[in-house]
Amino acid sequence: MDALVAQLQMQYRNYTVSLYQQGFLDDQFTELKKLQDDASPDFVAEVLSLFFEDCVKLIGNMARALDQTGTVDFSQVGASVHQLKGSSSSVGAKRVKGLCVTFKEYCEANNYEGCVRCLQQVDIEYKALQTKLQDMFNLEKQIIQAGGKVPQVDIN
Amino acid sequence: MATKSMGDIEKIKKKLNVLIVDDDPLNLIIHEKIIKAIGGISQTANNGEEAVLIHRDGGSSFDLILMDKEMPERDGVSTTKKLREMEVKSMIVGVTSLADNEEERRAFMEAGLNHCLAKPLTKDKIIPLINQLMDA
Repeated sequence: MDALVAQLQMQYRNYTVSLYQQGFLDDQFTELKKLQDDASPDFVAEVLSLFFEDCVKLIGNMARALDQTGTVDFSQVGASVHQLKGSSSSVGAKRVKGLCVTFKEYCEANNYEGCVRCLQQVDIEYKALQTKLQDMFNLEKQIIQAGGKVPQVDIN
Repeated sequence: MATKSMGDIEKIKKKLNVLIVDDDPLNLIIHEKIIKAIGGISQTANNGEEAVLIHRDGGSSFDLILMDKEMPERDGVSTTKKLREMEVKSMIVGVTSLADNEEERRAFMEAGLNHCLAKPLTKDKIIPLINQLMDA
């Protein structure tokens, strides 16, 4: 059992570090993890759940705004991008945040093709992050079920 | 300067009463958790108008108000001005986006803020302000 726990913990550490190294997450995610405690063991999962709900809603708004026949209201698109940038910054979703910066520039330049490309990329990136984090949470569950503790991962 | 014992500091921190004003439910949840983590208690308002009503109706008194800038109905600048007109003495800390330029930040400060912090908020950003409150 101890060997299994140790193996899972090693797997977890390596996987978590890779998420930072690949740019999926930044320091703000670390700050969220620090806020999680025994009184709120699912805090990070709950926050991320809200974030992914935000992604669905805001990306939907952007898609509808860009799908208007006639003149596209780029300020409307930009408003949703601004919100998503804020949310992604709050949870440490680094790639999504970075895309939102570019997306906002395209909105300000009224660049339709640029906006459509960014919309597609943001959709891909938030879904990729969702999958990666689900895998990370699954590893946490496996560690706990094997009788171990989820290790603190030092990114630096 | 008089020194405080750790017991006194803990007592003060536990009584720290914070109003968090933000239209983003995600930010509200995170900021509430930060305040709880440093031993404070918090109340939330979803926009500036709610924040004004909280002060008008309840005569509430907060040690600290965390004020988001961009909000519907009444934004952070307008809310801060209004609260100062109502003679609210709480420390008001503006929470801005990195996208805000210098002019926007200055306008926010001039509305009556004590400090301005950039999102995302963390414990490390807030604790020095709490210490300042305790020393006051």
